[in-house]
Amino acid sequence: MRSRSRLVLAVLAALALSAMQPSSAADRPNPAADAKAFRNYFTNKFPNVRFEDFVNGPYALNEDMRRQWEEKEQFPPYEFSLETGKEMFARRFKNGKTYADCFPNQGIGIRQNYPYFDEKEGKVITLELALNRCREINGETLISYTGEDMAALTAYMAFTSRGKPFDIKIPDDPRALQAYQNGKRYFYTRRGQLNFSCATCHVQNPGERMRAEVLAPALGILNALPIYRSEWGSMGTVSRRFTTCNSQIRGVPLEPQAEEYRDLEYYLSYVSNGLPISGPGARP
Amino acid sequence: MSSMSSKAHMRISLYLPVALLVMGGTASVRAASSDTDFKAAYAAAEAAEDEAGRLRNRWTVTEAALAEAKKAADKGDFDQATASAREAEALAKASIYQATSEKDAWKKLEIR
Repeated sequence: MRSRSRLVLAVLAALALSAMQPSSAADRPNPAADAKAFRNYFTNKFPNVRFEDFVNGPYALNEDMRRQWEEKEQFPPYEFSLETGKEMFARRFKNGKTYADCFPNQGIGIRQNYPYFDEKEGKVITLELALNRCREINGETLISYTGEDMAALTAYMAFTSRGKPFDIKIPDDPRALQAYQNGKRYFYTRRGQLNFSCATCHVQNPGERMRAEVLAPALGILNALPIYRSEWGSMGTVSRRFTTCNSQIRGVPLEPQAEEYRDLEYYLSYVSNGLPISGPGARP
Repeated sequence: MSSMSSKAHMRISLYLPVALLVMGGTASVRAASSDTDFKAAYAAAEAAEDEAGRLRNRWTVTEAALAEAKKAADKGDFDQATASAREAEALAKASIYQATSEKDAWKKLEIR
């Protein structure tokens, strides 16, 4: 009798505990399942596009644009930036060190591993943030996250990783999972007076036209970054891409490299795992 | 006019000044936006925009309306300044509503 009442108590306690859980299993982040569903969505929507071709954005979806791009690639518009980035990367800081001293493998062929979750700091570290931190610890002034110098540096680093598949890890750390989840939430949240989310354009309407532009699919959308955009007439970093997306929908952009943007980059890169780095790229 | 009776004439001559007074009164109420009205409207708009900022969801159009309000006030055009400040407040409130409702609504867009 006593053992039965203990059992009843234990069951009641378990029920009470489960009722106190903040979310159901369905709401619990499952990055691996998300990435699979993400990939399936786009490959089903565009059955004629090869998986690796998603990194080419609108060129994967529009034959005319693709032909123009292929011709342009013979004298790519990002070439000057790439050369500048290579020189900058090798140039010594005032203390005699270089960027190579701040990165694994001397910074060569590592783009596919960024962003990563730093368990010591408990935050997402993007390549752009790592580059500025490298400058900071070596006594150099910070450079703009949306400017040409940052684009040049990341263009060179992306170039040394061309063909290497995105390999973003989510460590077994609840903070990493939360950062991933925050990035996902940012991606799907409507904002700005136009009431658009990132997904409105890049999930619901890739391949469709927005004025003269053909919208790129979200799958592989960061693999070509940084990009030379004809619309900008210059190179643009991930930070520039995110902030201009926000202002285009009449939202006030957050500060470049804000936590929200770093988490967004973490999410978008993770769901594109397996797709090759193709940056620097060119877009209309 | 000649067919109008003297009674009707009298009625018009009595009512007209009253009507003009009322109209004039209304017009002066409409045009009476003052520095004080502007300041109150601007403070309300700023408070709403600050809240939108806390929610990380400010809109460019709200910022533009706030700037427009300030510009008009600097010129002494308090009607325009007050109207722009009120527009800014309405926009800021819409952005707050958006941020609040999106706290859960984003999940409906998620690829699963």
